[in-house]
Amino acid sequence: MLLDVKNLTTRFHTHDGEVSAVSDVSLSVKAGECLGVVGESGSGKTQVFMTIMGLLAKNGRAEGEVYFNGQQIIGLKTEALNKLRGVEFSMIFQDPMTSLNPYLRISRQMTEVLVEHRGCSEAEAAQKSIDLLDLVGIPEPKERFRMYPHEFSGGMRQRVMIAMALLCEPQLLIADEPTTALDVTVQAQILDLIARLGRELNMATVLITHDLGVIAGLSDRVVVMYGGRIVEEAPVDNLFKNPYHPYTWGLLESMPRIDEISRDTLYTISGQPPDLQALPPGCSFEPRCEYAFDRCQIEVPELRRIAEDRVKACHLDQLK
Amino acid sequence: MNRENGANDNRPILSVRGLKVYFPIVGSGLFSKMIPLKAVDGIDFDLYPGETLGVVGESGCGKSTLGRGILQLLEPTEGTVLWLGEHIEGLSAKEMIGYRKQLQIIFQDPLASLNPRMTIGDIIAEPLTVHYPELSPEDRKQKVREMMERVGLLPLMINRYPHEFSGGQCQRIGVARAMILEPKLIICDEPVSALDVSIQAQIINLIKDLQDSFGLSLVFISHDLSIVRHISHRIMVLYLGNTMEIADRDTLYSTPRHPYTRALISAVPIPDPKLEKKKQRLVLEGDLPSPLSPPSGCVFRTRCPLAQDVCSRQKPVLKEIGAGQQVACHFWDWQE
Repeated sequence: MLLDVKNLTTRFHTHDGEVSAVSDVSLSVKAGECLGVVGESGSGKTQVFMTIMGLLAKNGRAEGEVYFNGQQIIGLKTEALNKLRGVEFSMIFQDPMTSLNPYLRISRQMTEVLVEHRGCSEAEAAQKSIDLLDLVGIPEPKERFRMYPHEFSGGMRQRVMIAMALLCEPQLLIADEPTTALDVTVQAQILDLIARLGRELNMATVLITHDLGVIAGLSDRVVVMYGGRIVEEAPVDNLFKNPYHPYTWGLLESMPRIDEISRDTLYTISGQPPDLQALPPGCSFEPRCEYAFDRCQIEVPELRRIAEDRVKACHLDQLK
Repeated sequence: MNRENGANDNRPILSVRGLKVYFPIVGSGLFSKMIPLKAVDGIDFDLYPGETLGVVGESGCGKSTLGRGILQLLEPTEGTVLWLGEHIEGLSAKEMIGYRKQLQIIFQDPLASLNPRMTIGDIIAEPLTVHYPELSPEDRKQKVREMMERVGLLPLMINRYPHEFSGGQCQRIGVARAMILEPKLIICDEPVSALDVSIQAQIINLIKDLQDSFGLSLVFISHDLSIVRHISHRIMVLYLGNTMEIADRDTLYSTPRHPYTRALISAVPIPDPKLEKKKQRLVLEGDLPSPLSPPSGCVFRTRCPLAQDVCSRQKPVLKEIGAGQQVACHFWDWQE
């Protein structure tokens, strides 16, 4: 197992008390596979991986175990963590403009990583960076290498971010909503790129997104999150064909699709996403769930295995 | 919900001809001239009573500017906007007041479009205060309560402030404000793109439901082709301020003729792994050119897989190629 997360809980201290952004999350990523993580805002999907990257806000605190290639990384000192993050695993974010330093040329931002982590000479680092810009499909990489971030379009910036994340040839790339800020035609380019890089470099990827369409094309396995917890996990084909959790089912039903004429009225999940500061005592999806019964109000459903490769957190055995 | 239902006399409620909206941009250099940024560069369409026209395109295609140009929130540089047969282009804010009762808008960012210092009751009532000052405060409040109920807000929340509501609820407030005058047309500018997936369906259903009950016409601006397919009767595809294609919903998605429309449709991920993984994608190269220096001839030619010499010399005109389908492409009938 490349990445193994066990019972991870992340809490934030706020003025209004403690908030659990991630509750008891366990997941794993095998070498070379693509794991999709899907959820709405506030589902905790980003915070799981911010915790793993050691990028929690100051008021955040993590408990649990996270093993990367067998090494526990929760509680590592910054120095030790820096030997791993950006090297063995990297992360790219939704907005490529705010992730790049606007004052520095791309050349400086890229070579710095190699000189620092790999002890490359400036010339070696420059060559390697230009090769990577070429690999991610930036035209005229030599010229582009000397430019500033604002001279790139949104799609090109995301390519630069991906190239930077790949500098140390990581075994795992975590992509957090990598295409949400991009137009659909550019999104298609970036998704193709991520899929191609995963194959060619035999790199595992985690794709965090709210868009089930994006997940469908790229992932092998999918984890669905709601209210800070995993509610379902399944191989991608099974999840879409036969969702087991009422939330997953509702999400799939409520999306209009481009390839078919939907019903006149869309299916809706009633109500609002949960307030993490006032989660219900039982299942956090219970207030919105059509299938809820008494037990759901009082007892948080445990993740349980219901088929060889499928788990869900729901008291129901079957959806009708 | 049928377009035919409302369109007995078959006269368009809104007619837009040759609409251009340019923004003057100062060029670089000491004595540089103003360069026009052609955000909307000659758009024609008709909208019929009870009809929804979807307007799709990527960022920078001019879809939002088009909406504002129609409502005279931006002054058109050229062209005409006929509302029920009357010219409204170039009217001042004062002259437009009479028309605002019938023409409303819903914005993308639900929270930013609500004044944080007003209660939601006051926000929803504001159009009434402006247009029906004779209404007593009690009557006004009553109307607001009814409208809140209609859009799925609890009337007892009337004295709360926008920050106390979630994104989806804020968008309901925006819808209530637009609906309170019972307009004939609402321009919906990306009304659901800031919302979570599970909330989007709620708002789309609400808008469709209101359209049915009030016989509203809608211009539905969105970058999301799946949602546009669900809500629209006809769809207009824009690129760099120009119309690429207009067609009935089913025609556009089953036989798109413009290479840009084809690329857009094929780029949208389908939430079905089997279909999505074997789908042939028509991936467009490159990015949108700068609208300050659009390509000569056809504005799409720099990214078009079919582009020939003629495309750089001659701008294709929007022509009717079949029942209700118009395409602006020299090679629309090209077959693989």
